[in-house]
Amino acid sequence: MSTRYLPEGLPAPAQEPIAQPYWEGTRANRLVVQKCNGCGKHQWGPEWICHRCHSFDLGWAEVAPRGRIYSWQRPHHPVHPALNGHGPYLIVLVELPEADGIRMVGNLLGDPMQEVTIGAEVEAVFEPHDEATPPYTLVQWRLVK
Amino acid sequence: MSERTLRGKVAIAGIGETTYYKHGQSPDAEFKLALQAIVNACRDAGVDPRDVDGFASYGGDRSDGPRLAAALGIRELRFSNMHWGGGGGGVAAAVANAGAAVHSGMANCVIAFRSLAQGQFARYGRGNQSAAIGGDDAFLAPYGLMSPAQRFAMKITRFMTEHGIRHEALRAIAMASYHHAQSNPNAVMRGRPLSEEKYDASRWIIEPFHRLFDCCQENDGAGAVLVVPADRARGLRHKPVYLLGAAQGGHHRSAAPVHNAPDYASAHFKTVARNMWEMAKLGPGDCDVVQAYENFTGGVLLSLVEHGFVDPKTANEQLVLDNLLVGGGRMPMNTSGGNLAECYMHGLEMVNEAVRQLRGTAINQVKDAKVVAVLGGPMVTPVSSLVVGTEDTL
Repeated sequence: MSTRYLPEGLPAPAQEPIAQPYWEGTRANRLVVQKCNGCGKHQWGPEWICHRCHSFDLGWAEVAPRGRIYSWQRPHHPVHPALNGHGPYLIVLVELPEADGIRMVGNLLGDPMQEVTIGAEVEAVFEPHDEATPPYTLVQWRLVK
Repeated sequence: MSERTLRGKVAIAGIGETTYYKHGQSPDAEFKLALQAIVNACRDAGVDPRDVDGFASYGGDRSDGPRLAAALGIRELRFSNMHWGGGGGGVAAAVANAGAAVHSGMANCVIAFRSLAQGQFARYGRGNQSAAIGGDDAFLAPYGLMSPAQRFAMKITRFMTEHGIRHEALRAIAMASYHHAQSNPNAVMRGRPLSEEKYDASRWIIEPFHRLFDCCQENDGAGAVLVVPADRARGLRHKPVYLLGAAQGGHHRSAAPVHNAPDYASAHFKTVARNMWEMAKLGPGDCDVVQAYENFTGGVLLSLVEHGFVDPKTANEQLVLDNLLVGGGRMPMNTSGGNLAECYMHGLEMVNEAVRQLRGTAINQVKDAKVVAVLGGPMVTPVSSLVVGTEDTL
């Protein structure tokens, strides 16, 4: 039985050097994001400079894998051959209040036809793709009961 | 110090377009379509194409200026300009860049244009097919977020949910474009009217606010305008259409990666619209007609709100079909059919229609139109918009 939310065949993340600590973190079921060593603020996605204080000294920090749904969508039309015949799925934009409000995109696990509420609390679920070369782990979200 | 402005300094003296086709249906190559639209714009103005000395485009147009200059035998190329950003965000910027070039003396006679043949090249609505994906998309594509509609949908969800705006408001936007297209012989959707029932029965592209008819087509064709100094335009064939205001750009970090723009539920016009109205010394209440770029109808809503045409509190009452039509509507909009139903020429067709409205030659003519706003592609970044007017408005 597949433990994947979406079918095989979608593009894999390239795991570029600028984001390496994030990808390494996900493999260990930890959510690690960029945090400026100059001003101490988090930012996402990964950048070469802190947009607040212009420090190039950007570190990484583990953050609580919890957030709130900031917005959502339920695509029906398949935009990639891997999605042909799959049916609707849910994408959420999640805001992380404990990490200066940075946002991340993922899928909302569970019934794809469920009602989605902006502001609902969610927690991260790590979705490993061990057979990929190189392996990677996606960060998905589920509602906190 | 003299005022720094383009207001009344430059004018559109000629407009040109090709036949508009469904995507993949053009018998002609994209570059040939560009040439046809440019030659048509020159003929319309009564200007020898060899006297053009500059080109401005946007959206990564593949018909580059130097190649056009060579093909047309242009005597001297003085300005070649590509505006950053995808899609039609740069449509007004390309016209404004042409205007800035002729006003500054860098050039005398500049074409702003867009050409597209998606049979010859790739389509927009298909996701990236590569095995691994980098940059921003590494954090989006593995979750099935790949198409333009998907990139913008969550802005629309958040804005409409926050303000309690109903999907019917978007239906009215789509129906206005289809209504106006029915009398336009060059509209791709002529003969295919859109009713409330047809809209409501159309399939979901994305819930909660994107049915099929909320999404633009993809088309083949080209459009062009010829921009010259205002003084020169007065000596040419047509009533000059003056640039009154134009602006481009985006608000604070509107291009922040992975959907992290601080002001997220936006079309990115908040500062751009302010700057445009300031240059024009006008406001939304002064406009007789609006051409509002539809990539997706939700983006039109955001764009209209950010330019001050619609108040989110009364959007449900304002955005009803009768209010958007020529001949009775208080805010006639997308009077040739727009991107949805005339042609998705990345908004260049809307600049042409603004010019026809001010010349008094539009098919769906708004009586005595003196000021027209063209709001470029929303939700991308950078975005751009412009406002044009007749001699009376100077």
